Amino acid sequence: MKISGWGRYPVVDAQVAYPKTPGGLDDALRACPEGAIARGLGRSYGDSSLGGNMISTRWLDHMLAFDEETGLLHCEAGVTLNGILEVFAPRGWFLPVTPGTRFVTVGGAIASDVHGKNHHVAGCFCDHVGFIDLALEPGRTLRCSPHENPELFRATCGGMGLTGIIRSASIRLKPVGSLLIDQVTYKSPNLRESLELFALHESSPYSVAWIDCISGGESLGRSLLMTGDHAPEGEPEKGSRTSRIDLPVDLPSALLNRYSIKAFNTLYYHRIRAKSVVSRLYYEPFFYPLDSIGGWNRMYGSNGFTQYQFVVPKEGGYPAMDAILKEIVASGRGSFLAVLKAFGRRNANLLSFPVEGFTLALDFKVEKELFPLLDRLDAMVLGYGGRLYLTKDSRMSAESFRRGYPDWERFQAVREAYGAKGRFISQQSKRVGLD
Amino acid sequence: MQNILIIGAASAIAEATARLFAAQGANMFLMARSQERLSGIAGDLKVRGAGSVRTASLDANDIDAHQAALDAAYTSMGRFDVVLVAYGTLGDQKKCEADPDEALRELQTNAMSTVSLLSRLANIMERQGSGTLAVISSVAGDRGRPANYVYGASKAAVTAFCEGLRSRLYRKGVHVLTVKPGMVDSPMTEGMELPAALLAKPEEVARDIVEAIRRKQDVLYTPWYWRFVMMGIIHLPVKVFKRLSL
Ligand SMILES: Cc1cc2nc3c(=O)[nH]c(=O)nc-3n(C[C@H](O)[C@H](O)[C@H](O)COP(=O)(O)OP(=O)(O)OC[C@H]3O[C@@H](n4cnc5c(N)ncnc54)[C@H](O)[C@@H]3O)c2cc1C
Ligand SMILES: NC(=O)c1ccc[n+]([C@@H]2O[C@H](COP(=O)([O-])OP(=O)(O)OC[C@H]3O[C@@H](n4cnc5c(N)ncnc54)[C@H](OP(=O)(O)O)[C@@H]3O)[C@@H](O)[C@H]2O)c1
Repeated sequence: MKISGWGRYPVVDAQVAYPKTPGGLDDALRACPEGAIARGLGRSYGDSSLGGNMISTRWLDHMLAFDEETGLLHCEAGVTLNGILEVFAPRGWFLPVTPGTRFVTVGGAIASDVHGKNHHVAGCFCDHVGFIDLALEPGRTLRCSPHENPELFRATCGGMGLTGIIRSASIRLKPVGSLLIDQVTYKSPNLRESLELFALHESSPYSVAWIDCISGGESLGRSLLMTGDHAPEGEPEKGSRTSRIDLPVDLPSALLNRYSIKAFNTLYYHRIRAKSVVSRLYYEPFFYPLDSIGGWNRMYGSNGFTQYQFVVPKEGGYPAMDAILKEIVASGRGSFLAVLKAFGRRNANLLSFPVEGFTLALDFKVEKELFPLLDRLDAMVLGYGGRLYLTKDSRMSAESFRRGYPDWERFQAVREAYGAKGRFISQQSKRVGLD
Repeated sequence: MQNILIIGAASAIAEATARLFAAQGANMFLMARSQERLSGIAGDLKVRGAGSVRTASLDANDIDAHQAALDAAYTSMGRFDVVLVAYGTLGDQKKCEADPDEALRELQTNAMSTVSLLSRLANIMERQGSGTLAVISSVAGDRGRPANYVYGASKAAVTAFCEGLRSRLYRKGVHVLTVKPGMVDSPMTEGMELPAALLAKPEEVARDIVEAIRRKQDVLYTPWYWRFVMMGIIHLPVKVFKRLSL
């Protein structure tokens, strides 16, 4: 069948197996001696989850155990973050780390070692994983954790499915006092202030900024920074659970392209007159503004789109961001808004994306003229000592990958040692030289 | 808390429905063919908040086992508040045309075994004098179409059987709900090239089922628009209908 990632580019023809039981997963592996790749909910943008043989965890979505004392949840890899929230948020437990959509699987969250708005204080998703049960070949499953098979754990967290298929994992949920978030929005007139705002608010548990990618000159890098924390208890502002289109920050960048500069200008200069605005809202619009618009990825047309996400180190972060943003603004091709975030320290996982510094993510419609621009951006990002996020990527070269991820050789050595090489391969892994 | 019996508990629609009941703290008794599936589902439902979860393996085509299996479940639960009958197979129509025995096997699984289970359940529920029997039939039972008329005929039997049963049990305080899903994205339709916009998720169908049980609805089309689609199809004159290759 024809299948793609969230960006709808590229599209591949694949055999997809949908095992229904742990034993069925062994059968599916047995049926693909030439190699396979795990598929979760397909929210990675490019070709990370694509290959000739794909094994979907769709029906491997059972919860196995929960400890009410510690918040430790053991579940199968196909359980979604949405499923966890549905069951546990009403009981006062929350995800320790969540990406900007709740429609991802636990397996996908581990394989991309995803980050959220709290990276600077809480690290990545896998920093809250107790252990992983990993299928390496039919009939062979190993448990790995920071203490047991630690090198396999460090390779599997952020390993893009290339070390095996995660059957199940344990995650430490965190207790929260309410389902509400106290949010403060700050506006910043230029890039320097935007970056400084993150430092100023580094003690806020959650922070992220929407940054203008169209305006240059004086306004280059102007943004709105949103910080948040779980409210201890209380009521939200009226209507905040369903509010969608009234706040431009709740719009996908695709829509913003159409609404063009005017929408952001209105928000920027009129809606928020003060330097900061305080509000209390449900966690859904705070964490998942795009989830309320189903299928927004179709708005870029049939050729699809790509999300370009890079990180540059904190040291020299301003000049790097300044130069790259200027290149993007000059191209006029990027989405109107991008997401800007300051990362905290990196973890020990071999291919995890975040390093201490600044990350920017923006969408580009796929068209022929786009690729030379992205190659130029790659050169700049790598030149500043940065790297690209594999789970968003569909086109980086093997050369760029190796420069950005110097631990790739150790990663390959672990795959070799556990017999994962050649057994777990994706279209992306072949492209970046991890075959 | 409600006591729920599910026959065909490994069906994607049934499992999604069971999760909603689990969130309400219901006690469950699950029957399906595969013990491996049953134990995975039972463990999951417990984490999700179900009261007690018991299981028993049952092949619906093992008619001789029906009475004992139902009696054991009834004894163990003491009362059935909701019984959901969910199993089924979407047979290969072309194979049924070539091999009449295959067609009979399809009718056996989707209709005869259901008649056996529902008859026995009806007697239990009638004695009990309360509860809901929810049975998954299909929009395919509303009209025989060349693409799947063997399956359609078996579901038509289930639909008609339930309609009569509803009137019989109505006076006894027992409610019968006939569920008619449209196209659902489940293992049953895996690998079929169906228009994505018309494929409902099992979770959506499950929400409709739970709500219809709560409201004691008689017939549920799910998702809702199938009611209108089928209204149109039912009213097409035979002369026109036979020319369509639906
Ligand atoms: C709107 C939106 C917002 C997002 N926001 C963020 C964000 O804020 N931060 C962030 O970090 N990411 C973000 N992402 C990216 C997303 O979190 C990741 O791509 C995630 O990995 C997707 O999970 P999935 O279940 O859809 O996996 P898929 O996309 O299906 O697969 C992703 C990778 O995980 C592997 N994988 C999946 N399941 C398993 C398994 N069981 N065992 C082994 N490997 C497996 C696949 O092989 C593949 O390499 C966002 C994506 C979208 C669409
Ligand atoms: N999917 C659709 O588009 C659709 C549309 C309309 C109506 N329906 C009806 O909805 C119901 C649920 O189907 P689904 O969509 O959830 O598909 P599903 O996941 O494939 O479920 C069907 C289930 O029936 C079970 N089953 C088959 N033969 C059995 C037997 N002899 N004894 C016991 N169990 C048996 C299967 O068990 P195993 O796991 O052991 O194989 C399977 O779990 C069915 O009645 C189906 O006809 C489905």
